[in-house]
Amino acid sequence: MARKAFVDEERCKECGLCITACPKSCISFSSKLNSKGFHPIEIDHEKCIGCGFCIDMCPDTAIELWEVAEA
Amino acid sequence: MEKKKLIRGRPDALNDKIMHYCPGCGHGIVHRIVAEVVDELGIKDRFVGIAPVGCSVFAYWYFNTDFHQAAHGRAPAVASGIKRARPELIVMSYQGDGDLAAIGTAEIVHAANRGENITVIFINNAIYGMTGGQMAPTTLIGQKSTTTPLGRDPRKAGFPIKISEMLAVLPGSRYIERTTVTSPKEVNKTKKAIKKAFELQMKGEGFTMVEVLSPCPTNWRLTPKDALKFVEEKMVEYYPLGVFKDEPVFND
Repeated sequence: MARKAFVDEERCKECGLCITACPKSCISFSSKLNSKGFHPIEIDHEKCIGCGFCIDMCPDTAIELWEVAEA
Repeated sequence: MEKKKLIRGRPDALNDKIMHYCPGCGHGIVHRIVAEVVDELGIKDRFVGIAPVGCSVFAYWYFNTDFHQAAHGRAPAVASGIKRARPELIVMSYQGDGDLAAIGTAEIVHAANRGENITVIFINNAIYGMTGGQMAPTTLIGQKSTTTPLGRDPRKAGFPIKISEMLAVLPGSRYIERTTVTSPKEVNKTKKAIKKAFELQMKGEGFTMVEVLSPCPTNWRLTPKDALKFVEEKMVEYYPLGVFKDEPVFND
C-alpha cells in the first residue's frame, strides 16, 4: 500500500504554496481551467511519496491524502 | 490509480464551502489548523468561535461549530461573556491585526489582564486586508501601503506595535506564543501552540493567545511565494517567533 496526494480541482486557487513545500517537486500547474478560472495543480503520482506537506500548506483544503492500491 | 482509504482530508470541524479568501491567504491555513485541533481534542460540540470584523468576518461560514460575530474589536469582551455564562464551553476569539491591535486594543488588554479563561488566535498580516491595504498599527517601518505610499515613516505614523510582548508583561496572561505558517514545519509548530492553548483553557488556567504571522499576497502586491519570503525575511526580524509567557497565573 502506498500513499498519494489527490487534488480537488474545483477548490484549487492556483496559489502554489504546495509547490513551495513539495520535497519531490512533483506538483505543477495544469493547463486546464476550473470553474473559477484558476489553473488547478496536478500531482505526478509517479514521484509523489505521500508526505502530506502540500496538505499542511494548502489554504483551501483542496488536497487529500489517500491510500492507494499498488499499480 | 484506485483510492482505497482516506488518510487525511478536510477536518470534520470545517464544512464544504469554498473559502472567499484570496489565493495564498494565511487565513485558510489557520482555519484548517484550528479545525484539526478541535477534531483532535474532540470538542466540536462544545466549541464556540467568535468572528471579528475584517477578512475573517465570514469565519462562521466555514466552521461546523457554533460561532458568534462581535462588533469591531469587541471579540474578547463577547468571548469573556460567553465563557463566564457557560464555563463548560471552549471559547476562541479569532481576530486580525486591524481588529485586535487597532480598534480592539482596550478589550484585548483588559481581557488578558483579568485572566479570562479564553483563547485568542491573533492573525498578524501587517496590513488592513478587507478595506484594501491601508496601514495597520502592525505595518512594518518602510512598508508600503495605500495610506503610506512612500513606506511607513515612524515620525509620522509611529512604530509597529508588538502585541505579544505587550500582553506577556500583564500578570493575568497565562500563555502567549508567536508563530507563523510559512512552511510545513512552522504550520506544525502553530498547530502545537494552538493545541496547547486550548488544553490550558480546558484546564481553566486562564488567558491564552497565539499570534500567527500570516501572508497577505493581494495587499502586499506580491505573489503567494514571495509573500511567504516577506514573512520569513522581514516580519520575523521585527516580530521574533517564540513563547513569550508560559507560567501559571492563579496559585490557589
